[in-house]
Amino acid sequence: MQNSLDPAAPLLEVRGISKSFGAVHALQEVDFTLRAGEIHALLGENGAGKSTLIKVVTGVFPRDAGIVRIGGEEIAPRSAKAALAAGIATVYQEVNLLPNLSVAQNLFLDRQPMRFGIVREGEMRRRAKALLADFGLDIDVAAPLGSYSVAIQHVTAIARAVDLSARVLILDEPTASLDRHEVEILFRIMRQLAKRGIGIVFVSHFLDQVYEISHRITVLRNGRLVGERETASLPRLELIRLMLGRELAETTSARASAGEHKAREVCVSFENFGKAGYVAPFNLELRHGEVVGLAGLLGSGRTETARLVFGAERADRGQARVEGAPVRLQSPRDGVRHGFGYCPEERKTEGIVAELTVRENIVLALQAKRGLHRPLSRREQDEIARRYVKMLDIRPADPERPVGLLSGGNQQKVLLARWLATSPRLLVLDEPTRGIDVGAHAEIIRLIRELCDDGLSLLVISSELDEIVTYSDRVVVLRDRAHIEELAGEAIDVGNILAAIAADSVAVALEAHT
Amino acid sequence: MRGLPPVLITTIVLVAGFAACAMQFPNIASTRVVGNLLTDNAFLGIVAVGMTFVIISGGIDLSVGSVIGFTTVFVALAIERWGVPPLIAFVAILALSAAFGAAMGAVIHVFDLPPFIVTLAGMFLARGASFLLSTESVPITAPVYSTVSDFALRMPGGGRLTAIAIIMLVIVIGGALLLHLTRFGANVYALGGSRATASLMGVAVGKMTVKIYMLSSLLAGIAGIVFSFYTSAGYSLSAVGVELDTIAAVVIGGTLLTGGQGSVIGTFLGVLIQGMIQTYINFDGTLSSWWTKIATGVLLFAFIALQQALVALARRPAAKREGAAT
Repeated sequence: MQNSLDPAAPLLEVRGISKSFGAVHALQEVDFTLRAGEIHALLGENGAGKSTLIKVVTGVFPRDAGIVRIGGEEIAPRSAKAALAAGIATVYQEVNLLPNLSVAQNLFLDRQPMRFGIVREGEMRRRAKALLADFGLDIDVAAPLGSYSVAIQHVTAIARAVDLSARVLILDEPTASLDRHEVEILFRIMRQLAKRGIGIVFVSHFLDQVYEISHRITVLRNGRLVGERETASLPRLELIRLMLGRELAETTSARASAGEHKAREVCVSFENFGKAGYVAPFNLELRHGEVVGLAGLLGSGRTETARLVFGAERADRGQARVEGAPVRLQSPRDGVRHGFGYCPEERKTEGIVAELTVRENIVLALQAKRGLHRPLSRREQDEIARRYVKMLDIRPADPERPVGLLSGGNQQKVLLARWLATSPRLLVLDEPTRGIDVGAHAEIIRLIRELCDDGLSLLVISSELDEIVTYSDRVVVLRDRAHIEELAGEAIDVGNILAAIAADSVAVALEAHT
Repeated sequence: MRGLPPVLITTIVLVAGFAACAMQFPNIASTRVVGNLLTDNAFLGIVAVGMTFVIISGGIDLSVGSVIGFTTVFVALAIERWGVPPLIAFVAILALSAAFGAAMGAVIHVFDLPPFIVTLAGMFLARGASFLLSTESVPITAPVYSTVSDFALRMPGGGRLTAIAIIMLVIVIGGALLLHLTRFGANVYALGGSRATASLMGVAVGKMTVKIYMLSSLLAGIAGIVFSFYTSAGYSLSAVGVELDTIAAVVIGGTLLTGGQGSVIGTFLGVLIQGMIQTYINFDGTLSSWWTKIATGVLLFAFIALQQALVALARRPAAKREGAAT
């Protein structure tokens, strides 16, 4: 492949891309510029629009507006295959290769060297070996791909993409399942490819790695471009502020004094609770009527903590106590039995059952808790559904409407109602305000405060720091799958949370280099 | 080679089983018995080659038994009643069965239907059609049939390697070469790994699906012709349930029922194991022939359990190879 391009000239230009899914603007007027030989980090929190941008550029989603140019030429791929033909290859976190085939077959599938209709296995292996040698890999290419580590599978996917004459390589969270040594191998290969003039888009939520490898950084938030900077001249704190979209100035907010809650009884507590490779052991106490916020960047272990607390993931150490008595949390059933409720982040896939009605969705958890041999009568179901539709102001106020037809905010309320119907003592809310409009936002927050005034304990995860600051009595800050700081009372403000996240990442970065 | 460990186990089972049989009945270890075993299971071996391709690609073909039945009736009627020369009857039925398989493959791909349902429909269709042709057994008296039946290569020790056994061996070898040496074969494995990924990597998934089911039905047609040589008759109730014996042979041969792994050689060994059990029961004389089914069931169960264990083992991160990065 020849590369006569001026290294500073844009290799991939994305201009004014917009994309909506129904009423949700996933991308609005986003620009993105990738130069040849550059490693460009694409950053943003969950829902910022990174994946949508990648999928629009590679033709997986059609775009609503905007243009994409590669090497100055406008392209409009309609499939990942067409994008590949245009020179854009994507390697996803889940490697898109065939683990049951040999490494060589994976590299040359459908384009094997042939003679008389027979695959020249020896020739294919020789070429595969030579190709991988370019990437500093010396492995048995006849062995099945699945027998190698994820890192090697990634490198194989990259090698295939590059050999198919890719000029732009998009790596979506390539390091998420790699250990430190493997990350180094991958980074060395990325640098090599960049030297050869290939432009690399690096999507990651590991900021240390972003600083280590990337030349420039583009940050998206809520589907909009918020900044494109040189990595070297962008301080870490500033980057986090861009990602989370909060200024240090707007920090203080009116809040209830935490003093009165201190006096209340402990409702649920966790001692040295954790799971190896999932979340580092943590201590956590939740008092009656208390809201504890979990803050941290995407991938910091917030959702993982919630799943451990609910029993959706089995902890391998530590002790959970309910009202002081030790309990076992082996499954979501245990969680429900002890009066826990969990509203997951993936409302659509893990929460609501779209085809069922509002009433059926609301009674789901209560029925499960009672057991199948004690069915709720239709009259009881109607009664419960009506009560919560009224209490949470679910609209339209029709319990017989399929939940799938409701707006995001109302779906969220149905989920809340489901758990409230079981009269829980602890409710875990994962991003309760994600993807719902501003009005419903405020209402959910009001509900959260009301619920805990009634004595319920809440554990709330949110990327919206303003929100967390508003309703939390205490805030636990997470970083790299560990609880690193707990803020209470006056100390809870956006600035302190940001500082905690950033300070620790600096410490981790230092650690990694020594 | 891919799928070697399960094939190795199949080989060990076959060798150990054969040795045990030979210890009890020394006569079993003769070319005569082995020759008969190959002849008796020729049609099963042929159809199992096609099923191997289908199962490795992540599918299943339940129609093969019915296609064999239909073929025997069609061939018998064509030769005996309609006066068609045998060779032309053969060509016609092979074209017909290939078209039948291609149609099933096309339906599976175009309407994105589970192969189980589509080939189940094909099974009823083909069986029903054979009843439509004739409900009685039609004996075949054409001279070519006696010629072929009489033909055999003499093996040392007095065994006879019959024509239909030779056809089976040729198809097994040809199938193995097709699966392991060609782009078509590599694509079959790719489809079994993941249809979506294979498609992303440039494999023409639709064409492959049509070709794979076409191959399976074509081989079922050949197996039907061989079966008609074996019984010298066409009967609409012949080869009922053979699709299940075939699937059993393929799985015992180490092919993963979920697709992506397996070999033709393993399938051949699986057929031999089933034949060996049948032979043992014949020698014993006191056992009911249903013991074949029971023994096959036990073996099948053991092999599926074994495969699950091997898959689980492969998933364990500790078992991963260390990549030697320079």
